[in-house]
Amino acid sequence: MRYLPLTDSDRQAMLERIGVDQINDLFADIPKDKLLADLVDLPLAVGELQVERQLAALAAKNVAAGSVPFFVGGGAYRHHVPATVDHLIQRSEFLTAYTPYQPEISQGTLQTLYEFQTQVALLTGMEVANASMYDGSTGCAEAVLMAQRITKRPKAILSGTLHPHYRAVVENMSEFSGHDLVSLEGAPGAVEDIISLIDDQTACIVVQSPGFYGDLVNLAPLAEAAHAAGALLIAVVTETISFGAIKSPGEMGADIVVAEGQSIGNGLSFGGPYVGLFATRQKYLRQMPGRICGETVDADGQRCFALTLSTREQHIRREKATSNICTNSGLCCLAFSIHMSLLGEVGLRKLAQLNHRNAILLADQLEKISGVELMTGAFFNEFTIKVPGNAATIIEALAAKNVLGGIPVSRLEPGRDDLADLIVVAATEINTNEDRAAFVVALNEVLS
Amino acid sequence: MSASEVKYTEDHEYVRVEGDIATIGISVYAQEQLGDVVYVELPEVGKALAKGEEAAVVESVKAASEINAPVSGEVIEVNSELDGTPATVNEDALGKGWFIKARISDPSELDDLLSEDAYKSFIEGLD
Amino acid sequence: MTMNSEGRPTAPSAPSQGVGRKTFTGNRGLQIEEALLFEVGRVDNCGVDLEDIGDFDSRLGGLEREREIGLPGLSEPEAMRHYVRLSQKNYAIDMGVYPLGSCTMKHNPRLNEKTVRFAGLADIHPLQPQSTVPGAIEVIGQLAHWLKVLTGMPAVAMSPKAGAHGELCGMMAITAALKARGERRQFVLVPESAHGTNPATAALLGYKIRAIPAREDGTVDLEVVKENLSDDVAAIMLTNPNTCGLFEKDIVEIADAVHAAGAYFYCDGANLNAIMGKARPGDLGVDCMHINLHKTFSTPHGGGGPGAGPVVFSERLAPFVPLPFILDGKLVEDVTEAAKGTGEGSQTFGRMTAFHGQMGMFVRALTYMISHGADGLLQISEDAVLNANYVRVCLQDIMSLPFGERPCMHEALFDDSFLEGSGVTTLDFAKAMIDEGYHPMTMYFPLVVHGAMLIEPTESESKAGLDLFVAALRDLVFAAKAGDLERFTGAPHLAPLRRVDETRAARQPILRWTPPVAAEAAE
Repeated sequence: MRYLPLTDSDRQAMLERIGVDQINDLFADIPKDKLLADLVDLPLAVGELQVERQLAALAAKNVAAGSVPFFVGGGAYRHHVPATVDHLIQRSEFLTAYTPYQPEISQGTLQTLYEFQTQVALLTGMEVANASMYDGSTGCAEAVLMAQRITKRPKAILSGTLHPHYRAVVENMSEFSGHDLVSLEGAPGAVEDIISLIDDQTACIVVQSPGFYGDLVNLAPLAEAAHAAGALLIAVVTETISFGAIKSPGEMGADIVVAEGQSIGNGLSFGGPYVGLFATRQKYLRQMPGRICGETVDADGQRCFALTLSTREQHIRREKATSNICTNSGLCCLAFSIHMSLLGEVGLRKLAQLNHRNAILLADQLEKISGVELMTGAFFNEFTIKVPGNAATIIEALAAKNVLGGIPVSRLEPGRDDLADLIVVAATEINTNEDRAAFVVALNEVLS
Repeated sequence: MSASEVKYTEDHEYVRVEGDIATIGISVYAQEQLGDVVYVELPEVGKALAKGEEAAVVESVKAASEINAPVSGEVIEVNSELDGTPATVNEDALGKGWFIKARISDPSELDDLLSEDAYKSFIEGLD
Repeated sequence: MTMNSEGRPTAPSAPSQGVGRKTFTGNRGLQIEEALLFEVGRVDNCGVDLEDIGDFDSRLGGLEREREIGLPGLSEPEAMRHYVRLSQKNYAIDMGVYPLGSCTMKHNPRLNEKTVRFAGLADIHPLQPQSTVPGAIEVIGQLAHWLKVLTGMPAVAMSPKAGAHGELCGMMAITAALKARGERRQFVLVPESAHGTNPATAALLGYKIRAIPAREDGTVDLEVVKENLSDDVAAIMLTNPNTCGLFEKDIVEIADAVHAAGAYFYCDGANLNAIMGKARPGDLGVDCMHINLHKTFSTPHGGGGPGAGPVVFSERLAPFVPLPFILDGKLVEDVTEAAKGTGEGSQTFGRMTAFHGQMGMFVRALTYMISHGADGLLQISEDAVLNANYVRVCLQDIMSLPFGERPCMHEALFDDSFLEGSGVTTLDFAKAMIDEGYHPMTMYFPLVVHGAMLIEPTESESKAGLDLFVAALRDLVFAAKAGDLERFTGAPHLAPLRRVDETRAARQPILRWTPPVAAEAAE
């Protein structure tokens, strides 16, 4: 087997050195009747070429986003990632290193985490950020738990702007951890009165902007109302590129910002791995979950970095930890950070404008199709349209014409008949004039 | 005030008693065992402490230890200086490194605590 | 107070013995200093070329960003150097032995990295129509099949994002199963040797922890488990092989006792690498177990993640798996649809994450499993156990085994009693290994052993590589016993850095870069 260095003669020599006759003597603690006599019922080892063929065959059955006009978003976005990013994250020293618990031989990982934390803090307009969560949705559930710890109050209020999957993750966590939850129903362009729901039991309100349906929300009045009642505002962002065009949640008064960082540096990968961004105010630092990297010095006084404040974490605090999280999204943070340093301020702002402009062009064109209605007023690179007919059927029909034209809301809100004719459509810098034209032509055909 | 007024628990907390006020902290031996103290989490003023229950948490780089109240009472003051200079716990555990001042609710609980000499022989027996 | 003085690496106590001369640049030959991104980048620099689009009417509803973000940019050559130089300050599996116990730092095949980048697997969206991604659903289904057969368990949840997330998934399923029986139990039994994630997970779900002490031989005492079981105990969370590197030989009896009390058996599968193809958790009475794809199935650790933590379930828990799950080749994403069935997922407890899980890790793990096959996976476990025992036997005469000279599984646990009186601590010993070109083993874990040193060589090490490793450790042990303190207390001497001051990092947390001007103003 190509991955195993021991030869049979090595094995024999080692068994002799250990002083046992056969390998099973080392497995003597496994109850005899439970030790498998035969190989498990799975295929036998094959060479690299054969494996590659099998996986290639599976890959060939899928429609790759890059092969068709593509407008799917909903919390995962297709952006161009510079070639440099994928090269650098595959360097052995980054790819095959463990969590940097030995700072003397892990400065590469540690310094990039410190830079990542700073980038996240700058983008979100917050004071501190951690070294990432699994993804935006789990980060969102962690943020709610954190707000409940800080305020010592049980209730969270979720805005209808929140991505339905995120809502489901928070609902699940709240149910199992015994917290209260109020979820508002979402709809494109909806004006919701979240403020009147805030009471003295409310730990936090959770609002996403750009929202799931694309709507932009001014967070400032919500933050003000939450603070007046002793509650926190958790701002959720699923499209990180939007930070380049829109006021930061920190600027608008958010207390915790949770974002899905996939858009920068990370491909679609059918939903994961992604990278959760998590930032907050300095005063809440000790209640923040996840790994944190900090600056210090070595014995020679040289500036360096180390994981710190780990007494919050499970491996030390055990059942009193702020979270059970251990693994973060290390390599995805690195991809994020590299792409972000290539973009810089200038690149991010330009990229955000390009996304916004492409979305406007698309919305204008789609709106002209007979029977199609644009449901979103202010938006960034994603909006909702109402179509004359069942959205899921229409999306399938578009796919048959080789256009991936968005997400039927019914896929995420199957119980809501009132949303069955809605499609969430995203546009990014990857879309060309030809892509948009193809979408319009196909949709016209499908509707007629 | 003489050192003899300091009493200890077998869990290495100390109490310095002045009238009905108890000043609570951790022993010199405890801070040595913990290593460099990096953070102390203190209760809110006004909190009612029950003897034996968690009153504070002291953290070193890779460990967190809970401080249990040696006596019951109400927190009247906490040492907020420790927030900026946790090293004081290492440097002056019995003095400036105190954690909590509490108004003792049941003075009879003090009788269960160890005298300084008894504590000394207790820790000698630990090593 | 609850005195916890385990693992107290603090500020460096010994000054460094500077090696070599100081240079003008601070560089030392191939070891090149690299400033922070924020010091080398400039806000007006950019490493991507984007189309100029000119002005247009925005539709941002008055929420346009006005303030500068302050993000520095790098041109491509600058970025390349920045990250390549930084990478060179990391140790990695591809460089040498990485014997971190409980972490399974094995070789990461590059074929995995190739297949995961096939456009048909990498460039697909989780919410594009299922009809356009049958191959992706098949990848998840195939991996699910391999995991089920290998563990002898009938159902699997694929979406958990990492080991701890898998634990949460398993404990949620247990809670849901109890609820379906009309019960809410209060306690979870957790051995003291367990990973910290176990009690943290149980506590997150509102359970109270009952710690089970280790027996003198390092395993869990069946009688103590029985004494602690009651109709108020929801589950036991047991790692097997355990964190002392030992197989819990009473596991079947423990499982029986747990089941007799109406509780469930959660197995922490972090150490699956020792028993693949040898024994199946399903035959041992396990009700659910997470599998760390980033340990056993070689998906790269990437400096701390991402991982993936699928959870396999017994028949009793199968109805409660979270959404989404694969049933008859289809991805079931919705409760109503799930409830139509009668078996797996029919009483699903809900959703743990957006989308379907760590596809990038699934493709790598499946590639790895197909490569090895049933025979290769068995060989992995045998070689991993053989390597660990070889290390144990080669060191047991001069280091100290806390549980006597007996076979271990895939990792060998030593304590620090062999260092007694030498003035060298476990931490010093570990840092001296760095000078010898090795990443230290896991230190101060498990907590049940004083000054623990847990060595997991994995199957990826050659005999020659282990011989040198063992010889280096023996040399260090002799040096420690001979009183060559200098080699230890100031270590590492030859790494990119001297001993790092972790106390300072924790006492005065500086968690982000701030511009020098702002930093001065804040003082």
